[in-house]
Amino acid sequence: MDVLGRYRNLIVLVGVLFAQILGLAVQVNVKRTTDSEPTRLIRVWAVGMVTPLEKAMVWTQTSTANIWHNYFYLRGVRAENRNLKQQIERMSLEQARMSQDADQARRLQALLAFREQFISQTMAAQVIGESGSEQSRLIYLDKGYSDGIRPDMAVITADGVVGKVLRADPANRHVAQVLLIDDQTSGVGALLDKTRLQGILRGTPSGEVVLEKVMSDETVPSGEQVLTSGGDGIFPKGLLVGRVTKVTPGSELFLNIRVRPAADLSRLEEVLVVTKIDERQTEPSQTGAARAVDILASRLPGVPSKPEDATKNATGAAAPGTAAAQAGAPSTVPPTTSGPKIAGPKVAPNSVAPISAGSEAKRPKSSPPQASTSGEAPGAQASSGSALVVGSAPKPASTLRTSAPASSGTSSGNKVGTNSDAASAPTKPVKEVVQPKPQPAVEDSPH
Amino acid sequence: MAITYTSGEQVEVYRFSWPVTLGVPLAALVLQAFLPIWLPLVRIFDLPLLVTIVFATARRNPLAGLLTGGFIGIVQDALTHQPIGLYGISLTVVGFGASSLGIKLDVENAGARFLLTIFFYVVHEVVYFLIARGMVGLHMAWSWPHELLSGVANAILGVLIFMLLDRVKQRI
Repeated sequence: MDVLGRYRNLIVLVGVLFAQILGLAVQVNVKRTTDSEPTRLIRVWAVGMVTPLEKAMVWTQTSTANIWHNYFYLRGVRAENRNLKQQIERMSLEQARMSQDADQARRLQALLAFREQFISQTMAAQVIGESGSEQSRLIYLDKGYSDGIRPDMAVITADGVVGKVLRADPANRHVAQVLLIDDQTSGVGALLDKTRLQGILRGTPSGEVVLEKVMSDETVPSGEQVLTSGGDGIFPKGLLVGRVTKVTPGSELFLNIRVRPAADLSRLEEVLVVTKIDERQTEPSQTGAARAVDILASRLPGVPSKPEDATKNATGAAAPGTAAAQAGAPSTVPPTTSGPKIAGPKVAPNSVAPISAGSEAKRPKSSPPQASTSGEAPGAQASSGSALVVGSAPKPASTLRTSAPASSGTSSGNKVGTNSDAASAPTKPVKEVVQPKPQPAVEDSPH
Repeated sequence: MAITYTSGEQVEVYRFSWPVTLGVPLAALVLQAFLPIWLPLVRIFDLPLLVTIVFATARRNPLAGLLTGGFIGIVQDALTHQPIGLYGISLTVVGFGASSLGIKLDVENAGARFLLTIFFYVVHEVVYFLIARGMVGLHMAWSWPHELLSGVANAILGVLIFMLLDRVKQRI
């Protein structure tokens, strides 16, 4: 008994250490065998104890900052507003251009029966804390299971990929744990933007991010963008991850490629959790000939509006120069149109230049347009997307129907303006308003 | 500045009130998880470790020291995604060692506290490193310059925490 009393502290120390080592061994074993660790009660308690305080601190901090920024610190707001308006104008032009490029891409994807993934719903969340350990690079969000967040959801910012949801338990319903991409246990399927080389993005113990499994005989330039490949089943393809900063020969057959994450992982305040990823196949009917025709129609000479008496005189016979007349269809065009009106003389048959596949609406120099539109100037650039012609030789654009039915896309494919099309076309209003195709927009659900 | 040997009779033992005993470790854990969001540089500090050292040396009771260290460490582990026990084991060792050393040494002056904190910071890192690599299989890099620099930074903050908690400790 004396010995026990004398070495009591040491015995307790050994006992406590033994218990912890035993518990550690069990956890490691469970993790190795099942590949997924069950949530320990101690974790639920610890998170439940710490996160309410963190939320309170974040709320206090943001409230104070909001009061300062919204009521007191308004200096320079006018100048900022002016700059932002200019930026919006620039971006609107850019958006119009990119929208047409996207349309073209969708048409091509439809031809290839391509299935694309896109982010259809995200949820904004505030970062309320992190693990506090260098060896565990994760953050806590103020949204959790009750908000629809589930494990393995992708977490991003406007700058790039952040990580994935590691835990979102019903026990801690309003908190989610996110594993950052620079943690050594994380892995992201990635590919290089230009060279299209695929690899696995991993974190290192020192907090760096490296791209693994790229063969050493490949050439990877510094500064190249790294995107998600979609192969991991968590991140949709094409999200920006970062840029290559350094390439060195690695061990064995692979390169050691260091990547700087696009998102600043050490200063995360708000993130977006991708709560829904949809997969869809682009349908030709959505993006078929009708859209291309409509876009082209707005850029080419259209059907002239006829005076009422001329319309009466031309009963049973289409006015020369109209698309209907070229197709031999009697009076398929209503007398009044909302499309581009011809301000000059009538359009002569076969006077408009052919449209080449995948190129701008071009006119040969030898045959300048004989009609000008009151809307857009002739020869205005039609984007490559809008002038897509697939599987048909260039046709005289004088035969172009200005009102191709949307449903004709399947029968006529993506052909634009063939005689047979025009002949068989049902009567439709001349001009359809070109509606922008619904984009795979990122919708923010309310907080 | 000097670390002087003191006999058991000369040692002053302190205690802390319940609110301080529970509130200070909890505050250390919360701040450790919260502050790096706004100030990434503070990741270099290990507040739970510093609180463990301060409590252990003030109480000078190895049992209380190891239990305090073990509890704080396990909660710190629970906030990570690594297996529970990494911080628990290393802080148990630190708590036991700091309270045992607190009996032998006079740790009432800033110099002794500074050196003591550096020493136990390195002990903590070594124990963590060994367990993380040996048992859990984590890939970890050891860098003496980094560890010593972090030790000095933590020691400076540790001295301040010692001074802060001197105001709330109660002599038995």
